[in-house]
Amino acid sequence: MSIKGKAYIAGIYEHPTRLALGKTLPQLHAELAKGALADAGLSKDDIDAYYCAGDAPGMGGIDMIEYMGLNNVRQIDSTETGGSSYVLHVNHAAQAIATGHCKVALITLAGRPAADAQEGARFRGGGETPSAAGFEASFRPTIVNMYAMCAQRHMYEYGTTSEQLAWIKVAASHHAQHNEHALRREVVTVEDVVNSPLIASPLHRYDCCVITDGGGAVIVVAPEIMKKLKRPAVKILGAGEAPKHLMGGKVDLTYSGARWSGPKAFEEAGVTQKDIKYASIYDSFTITVLETLEDLGFCEKGKGGKFVSDGNLISGVGKLPFNTDGGGLCSNHPGNRGGMTKVLEAVRQVRGEAHPKVQVPNCDIALAHGTGGLLGSRMGSATVILGNQDS
Amino acid sequence: MSETKAKVRAPKVNHETKAFWEATAKGKLNVGKCDECGEHYYYPRPLCPFCFSDKTRLAECTGNGVIYSYSVNSGKEPYTIAYVTLAEGPTILTNIVECDFAKLAIGQKVKVVFYDTGEGNAMPMFTVA
Repeated sequence: MSIKGKAYIAGIYEHPTRLALGKTLPQLHAELAKGALADAGLSKDDIDAYYCAGDAPGMGGIDMIEYMGLNNVRQIDSTETGGSSYVLHVNHAAQAIATGHCKVALITLAGRPAADAQEGARFRGGGETPSAAGFEASFRPTIVNMYAMCAQRHMYEYGTTSEQLAWIKVAASHHAQHNEHALRREVVTVEDVVNSPLIASPLHRYDCCVITDGGGAVIVVAPEIMKKLKRPAVKILGAGEAPKHLMGGKVDLTYSGARWSGPKAFEEAGVTQKDIKYASIYDSFTITVLETLEDLGFCEKGKGGKFVSDGNLISGVGKLPFNTDGGGLCSNHPGNRGGMTKVLEAVRQVRGEAHPKVQVPNCDIALAHGTGGLLGSRMGSATVILGNQDS
Repeated sequence: MSETKAKVRAPKVNHETKAFWEATAKGKLNVGKCDECGEHYYYPRPLCPFCFSDKTRLAECTGNGVIYSYSVNSGKEPYTIAYVTLAEGPTILTNIVECDFAKLAIGQKVKVVFYDTGEGNAMPMFTVA
């Protein structure tokens, strides 16, 4: 049993806001759902499955289902793996559709950390297990220093440099200049990145993603529904997911769960790295991208620094165009969760609807990858491979 | 970067972690030890994360280790978070204290130092050996 060709992405929507003052969290979710439905050409009553993660208010999906007035839902999934959750949701929705449990699945993500900060409300951070909290929280881990330790170790083992990591931000910035909604549209250089302030060594400010409000939504449908719709068909070819953690103390910070989620997705899709014309790679930090590219097999382990250098990730310049919307590093990382926007830009690329300056020619097969949680301790990784109708 | 003393935050303690934290008040650093598969592990927990045996106990460590990785947090009061690989095997999350952060390196030998939390336990941190 496989999901290949059993489900399609019919609708997507990315909220144009980056600062949601005056909008509540449920309102953002609802606006996103409405936008994705309009894109697909479907109505609210067509939705028979709802997927959300820990950013949604209330109990699992139930409160948002009630708020949005969804009356025909027969499949609910609130799988939570942090920022990668929505990549897993695409996989789970495809599985539910393939097994006949639903036909039109809605996935939403929304957040307002920037507005919360301005309004004096505290951002609701991720929880830890009671045991781990005592052994970790007191040592003042932050999101940045937990990723920084991965970068430090990668540099030690493989000779990776800050300049090489900087190329990832440089590539993202080249793409962001064309995205009118991107938070940061200025093109930056390697020097700009390595000269930006150190936040947690060896990561600089420009190695870190932006903090933004807004979100995104995706609608996954059965093949018979897709046939009735006017939008370009984006076929789900394969998916994989895997947690990775501290292994009882046998810690290795040089790889991510992509080492396992990637091969599963490639196998199911029946394609190889060479077939991928475009890749959305989770970019909470530059090091997240570097380790993920290695783990997904786009280059050998340890050779990521060389692979990302000299514009190799820039559309129209390099061999592997990535995050052509500007990614989390420059455009959007809504609710501190970047998995949704990774799926959205991959869909745009396969549809041929990315910005003309960054659209990859003949983009028949694309990949989207999410990294939730902390690369420096425990994470949930997820990979999906998408293709056009002929793929 | 100058010598920096630790900022002590008391850990959350529960029935599962009580014995570990009580030992820290006596200057003892423990890891989990499985008598079934023989592995040392961290953090301690009742079921072995390697073989799932419940024949587990706390095992006292020498307090010696090497830095596996680290990061110096910028800001008004810089501090260093690190993973230290203990002589007994497990790699643990901690802080590096009382040393010149600019001179730190992966592979640096370190030894445990305890900071009293005032709540009946002490935080195991590390300084250069």
